[in-house]
Amino acid sequence: MSEESFDAIIVGAGLAGCVAAYVLAKAGADVLVIERGNYAGSKNMTGGRLYAHSLESIIPGFAKEAPLERKVTKEKVTFLTDDTGVTLDYHNGREQTSVEESYTLLRGDFDQWLMAKAEEVGAQFITGIRVDEILTQDGKVIGVKADGDELLSKSVILAEGVNPVLAEQLGMVKPKVKADVMAVGVKELIELPQEVIQDRFNLNNDEGCAWLFAGSPANGLMGGGFIYTNKTSVSLGLVCGLHDIGTSSKTVPQMLEDFKNHSMIKPLIEGGKLLEYSAHVVPEAGIHMVPQLVGDGVLITGDAAGFCLNIGYTVRGMDLAIASGEAAAKAVLTARENNDFSAEGLSSYQSLLEDSFIMKDLKLYKNLPEFMGNPRIFNQYPKMVADIMQSMFTVDGSASQPLRKTIMKHCKEVGYMNLIKDGIKGVTSI
Amino acid sequence: MSEIVNVDVKLATNKFHVDEGHQHIILKDNPDMNEYRKLINACPAGLYKLDEDGSVRFDSAGCLECGTCKFLCGDTILEKWEYPRGTFGIEYRYG
Ligand SMILES: Cc1cc2nc3c(=O)[nH]c(=O)nc-3n(C[C@H](O)[C@H](O)[C@H](O)COP(=O)(O)OP(=O)(O)OC[C@H]3O[C@@H](n4cnc5c(N)ncnc54)[C@H](O)[C@@H]3O)c2cc1C
Ligand code: SF4
Repeated sequence: MSEESFDAIIVGAGLAGCVAAYVLAKAGADVLVIERGNYAGSKNMTGGRLYAHSLESIIPGFAKEAPLERKVTKEKVTFLTDDTGVTLDYHNGREQTSVEESYTLLRGDFDQWLMAKAEEVGAQFITGIRVDEILTQDGKVIGVKADGDELLSKSVILAEGVNPVLAEQLGMVKPKVKADVMAVGVKELIELPQEVIQDRFNLNNDEGCAWLFAGSPANGLMGGGFIYTNKTSVSLGLVCGLHDIGTSSKTVPQMLEDFKNHSMIKPLIEGGKLLEYSAHVVPEAGIHMVPQLVGDGVLITGDAAGFCLNIGYTVRGMDLAIASGEAAAKAVLTARENNDFSAEGLSSYQSLLEDSFIMKDLKLYKNLPEFMGNPRIFNQYPKMVADIMQSMFTVDGSASQPLRKTIMKHCKEVGYMNLIKDGIKGVTSI
Repeated sequence: MSEIVNVDVKLATNKFHVDEGHQHIILKDNPDMNEYRKLINACPAGLYKLDEDGSVRFDSAGCLECGTCKFLCGDTILEKWEYPRGTFGIEYRYG
């Protein structure tokens, strides 16, 4: 057993882990990060949009040096059926402050950069090692076991992502997180020349587009599609809730294939070359799945703690992972000052989270997962909107109807009561 | 509109370090078919297959380590689910 004892060992060099390491090392703490992949980011994927605010407050001006793809200035939301699409298109030409900005990125580059930032201020990283076990003594976490070696530490920060094998071992996360609060995300990275991307998505130089699709991409199940533009590629994928997957008429890979071949999407990626195919689970239950966050000598951050928000038009987990990594690091620094790494000594983590946007946003959207579970949102409404549009734009020589009547007719198909109920529920859950 | 997807072609673009002889996910013998069907639908890598005679065929090479099968069918039909040993498995070059 190694005699040296770190102030903190961090499991996982994702965003939560790298940021925690950065904040700790910068304050002079002795910190080691252990990552099972061959480099930070080698096991990680995301849809691709980072809201800058949380990292901006930790590394001001980071966007000037980090490997980011494009700054998002165009937002699109499309209601998609198998053969139609109705789009809301928003172009933001206004000045934004650095905390309001958001960027598309690829994790392979970005995580390595973040890890290098943490190393610059003195954090130690080991890659290519899987942590197999958390060591405890009298119920207190005292280190980790990896590759047969035991490493001692005054605290352990679990930043292991959405599948928290180690937090489960400790009993902090219930091992059977139910499938009905999880979704699976799949993505293709498709290479296209820069000018082609800019033409097809109507973008100036460094501008980027974030485009979400509700409706048919997930075969009528809870979920939706996305396209994010990068410099010379687009990230195209979908997220699909797992609760009804058993009865789906399509497999998840088939959903992605059909989405790609949709008559609205196909021209956007025509001629593109597949660079990579990736997948990851997304935690969806919001505040309802947040586990025990602190134990004696241990803290849980990021996706492992369920800090992820699926608010329909966007999945947000990266800014939460970053902010929770910072909060965990600060709690360890407080514990270090008081030389008390017990659950009590680390409890400032909980209050830092309560005071931050993380818990406030998770609480604000607490009814959203249930609302999103409503199948009407993913199949009937996109069809209703498409039918209204079709009636509006079709002139075939038959006598025209007043627009009001046309709209009412299509609303009736969904049912007025359903519309009212869902409308009220929707408004109260966002 | 539907073209049958060939997941293997997609997986072939990925970089993997396969840990020969080490299956990091192991299926129970005679798995419940209702549970198995969920995995046929959900696994993004299409690794849960049925042979012509209806028997199950699974190999963890090609696994994207997404965690889906663990959350869906955890201990119902999986004997073991763990991450590949350090350095092995999928290596995302872009992510
Ligand atoms: C399809 C999809 C689209 C998304 N879109 C967006 C988006 O547009 N914007 C957004 O903000 N969020 C998005 N998210 C969510 C976001 O990707 C996650 O919330 C975020 O990556 C979580 O970061 P993390 O640091 O907690 O975990 P991760 O990034 O998953 O990092 C965990 C790390 O721990 C390592 N690890 C795990 N176990 C061990 C072990 N035993 N030993 C050593 N290392 C270990 C892993 O290898 C990994 O590097 C999306 C997610 C998906 C799946
Ligand atoms: S972890 Fe994901 S890719 Fe691997 S076998 Fe399970 S579902 Fe398939």
